[in-house]
Amino acid sequence: MIDTMDASLPARLAETREDFLALGVRDRLQLLLDFAGELPELPAHLRDHPDLLERVEECQSPVYLFVEVADGVVHLHATAPPESPTTRGFASILVQGLDGLSVDEVLAVPADYPQSLGLAEAVSPLRVRGMTGMLARIMRQVRDRVAA
Amino acid sequence: MSVEFDTAEKFAAYAHPERLVSTAWLAERLGQPGLVVVESDEDVLLYETGHIPGAVKIDWHLDLNDPVVRDYIDAEAFAELLGSKGIARDTTVVIYGDKNNWWAAYALWVFTLFGHEDVRLLDGGRDLWIAEGRPLTTETPTIAPVEYPVVERDDAAIRAFKEDVLAHLGKPLIDVRSPEEYSGERTTAPAYPEEGALRAGHIPTAASVPWGRAAAEDGTFKSRTELDAIYRGEAGLTDGDEVIAYCRIGERSSHTWFVLTHLLGFEGVRNYDGSWTEWGSAVRVPIATGPERGEVPAR
Repeated sequence: MIDTMDASLPARLAETREDFLALGVRDRLQLLLDFAGELPELPAHLRDHPDLLERVEECQSPVYLFVEVADGVVHLHATAPPESPTTRGFASILVQGLDGLSVDEVLAVPADYPQSLGLAEAVSPLRVRGMTGMLARIMRQVRDRVAA
Repeated sequence: MSVEFDTAEKFAAYAHPERLVSTAWLAERLGQPGLVVVESDEDVLLYETGHIPGAVKIDWHLDLNDPVVRDYIDAEAFAELLGSKGIARDTTVVIYGDKNNWWAAYALWVFTLFGHEDVRLLDGGRDLWIAEGRPLTTETPTIAPVEYPVVERDDAAIRAFKEDVLAHLGKPLIDVRSPEEYSGERTTAPAYPEEGALRAGHIPTAASVPWGRAAAEDGTFKSRTELDAIYRGEAGLTDGDEVIAYCRIGERSSHTWFVLTHLLGFEGVRNYDGSWTEWGSAVRVPIATGPERGEVPAR
């Protein structure tokens, strides 16, 4: 479904936003926890090479990202420890929303998307900042890969 | 109605052993009337992934901070919060959390601002409970709300504001942040988010004692002897000292406040919760950089 408010937002991210905003504040936490549980394992070639991953300094917990671009398609991988479910949830929303999109689609995502999910009331604005930092790093990595 | 104290030998050496309980003590008393267990974590979702059976959740950011003003909630909000968690004024509260009880100590300090008398920490916190294979549940407890009186917060005794710190210069200050933040290489803890301070460094004359030094490998507090060596030995505190501790927003220094007040018995220890995010952005306050403590500025 195309979000009429924001035509540049990829369908999956728009859907995620609708899902969060349809819920009360307490249930948003539960949905974020569901996302945390759905963060895919790293593929083997990255598990063996943690040095390829980039640490997201804006997050309170250790979270690492890796972006691959093949034939104009973006693949996004992320990992964070189980004792950091909030961070895992943030990463999972972005991985599910961005993986498989074209470079142009990813770069068109508004930088303030994390702030539009209604999570500030559920987890605090300070914590949402970690997700904003994550998105910024993903977009920078995509640009780097394309330029390389 | 207060639940009996944990008489564990390790705690007896501390100044106020009644402020700590062990995991074994708690495991035997879960569900006991007059006792409420509170989980308070840095990660807001950890409680939902599994918590000590019967424990209620209080989040430092969502529950204890005023949503608009940079301050703690007021007396009405605190009374409503505690009543909704089944905590009465005479309830024994045991708080535990992630990361060596960092945020649990912060919650305990806020409870103390409101004069809640019997509030204790679980030595070793969430990590030790889990490491020992003790039970967790995802079941949210059914709470029977109780009446909690509206009691005004008393900031004077254990909370310091910027003006108090300026007047305090010359007396002991403990900076509990990382060495990099102390020296001025950076304004945030390594790998932590930028919380906005325009200048880097420390309050002149403050001794650097990173908060985590008070914790042992397993997340429990170090022994009385070890803690004395750090705070009385290295940092040079002596009996009778009035001390102010600070960090970045006042959470890590709550942990040190707990150690100095309840484990080592210093009186009149205050936590400067404005901390570096205020001091490092305030106009014309003195700052020292580098690893040295620096001098009291001439007025």
